Amino acid sequence: MCLAVPGKVISIDDSDPDLKMAKVQFGGVVQDICVQWIDDLNTGDYIMAHVGVALNKVDEEDARITLNALYEMREIDFKFES
Amino acid sequence: MKYIDDYRDKDLVEIIAARIEKITTRPWTIMEICGGQTHSIMKYGLQEFLPEKVSLVHGPGCPVCVTPLELIDKAIYLSSFPDVIMTSFGDMLRVPGSESDLLRSRARGSDVRIVYSPLDVLKIAKENPGKKVVFFAIGFETTAPSVALAVKQAGKTGIDNFSILCSHVLVPPAIRSIMSLPGVRIQGFLAAGHVCAIMGYHEYHEIAEKYRIPVVVTGFEPVDILTGINKTIEQLESGNSHVDNAYGRVVTEKGNIPAQNMLMEVFEPVDRQWRGIGVIKGGGLKLRDEYASFDAERLFPLGNIKAEEPEGCIAGEILQGLKKPDQCSSFGSVCTPDKPLGAPMVSSEGACSAYYRYSGSQKKEYGRV
Repeated sequence: MCLAVPGKVISIDDSDPDLKMAKVQFGGVVQDICVQWIDDLNTGDYIMAHVGVALNKVDEEDARITLNALYEMREIDFKFES
Repeated sequence: MKYIDDYRDKDLVEIIAARIEKITTRPWTIMEICGGQTHSIMKYGLQEFLPEKVSLVHGPGCPVCVTPLELIDKAIYLSSFPDVIMTSFGDMLRVPGSESDLLRSRARGSDVRIVYSPLDVLKIAKENPGKKVVFFAIGFETTAPSVALAVKQAGKTGIDNFSILCSHVLVPPAIRSIMSLPGVRIQGFLAAGHVCAIMGYHEYHEIAEKYRIPVVVTGFEPVDILTGINKTIEQLESGNSHVDNAYGRVVTEKGNIPAQNMLMEVFEPVDRQWRGIGVIKGGGLKLRDEYASFDAERLFPLGNIKAEEPEGCIAGEILQGLKKPDQCSSFGSVCTPDKPLGAPMVSSEGACSAYYRYSGSQKKEYGRV
């Protein structure tokens, strides 16, 4: 129920100020997602969609830093073990 | 897919598992709140990557599972009205009520429809002006703002044949309820990442402090879950108990403020019955009086419907982390996904369903044998 899926914003339609919508790509599928609560949204951004509504934008900088830290951990472990 | 594949990388899972192995010196019991996390743990066999000292227990975060029997009976009764179209998320249709379920109602001719989004229900209402369209609204703080949005939109656009049967529930009161159980053995919580995407995690500081327990906001992919467990054990091993965020790409401390405003504009907290657990103080949401015209319980004569839980189902103990599904004498014999006794065997987030689907290492995505 609480599952949300990351998708890439393809286009934004803010013609209705109470129901801002976006075309969002999930793998090969494009769906209409409500992005009413997402500030500073641009095409190319990633959002987390849940029951047809965006919960939040994906913080790409945070994702990059966290993954890099994990990959660094692997490097360190590798050196330590060898 | 971006932001999925990296977090399912088995190498990274192995790296974090090795870290956990290194830092764990004592037995620890950690509860994951969300049923979606339970399913990932079972699907990927994550318990097998952890030291034996680390025990995961499964929490109450399955909205389908905690929806009271009485409300399911009300939904089934409502669906029998010839002028009603009953709508809900797919899982809700198979959850057993006292005598039937919504899927069987549909087979008997009721108009029961599965929807993906609460906003889709508004389309159904617009397309069927002669019908009363009811949405069986379940879910935690993740889902409730979207339902609030649908209610607001219905009001704004004059859709007056739409209402909701409200069964929304809130996570922090449930954590407090679990922590006040006698003999509770949980030492750390993995908070539900997508609830926190909306609500932030400022509410959890008080819980971490009061119960001296680490609370780590955690995502749903295998790498996310092991990262959450690692951060929890780091705190436990060093005697700390604070709130940490292991899902920073999606969750911030303050959460999504416009969504929170929408939630609180339409709903207000209420004491609510959780199936198998009992009444949790402030554990649910109800429509505010200004939105009474969208409340199915006020629009339809449902007051006389009362229900008793079936015997032989220990869903309440499972949802509170007191027992695991395979400790139930009905599990896999009398109770299966085809013939469930209780909701945790039905829901895609139910712990019993997860154990049934993924038990046995051959069924796990990359569990060790």
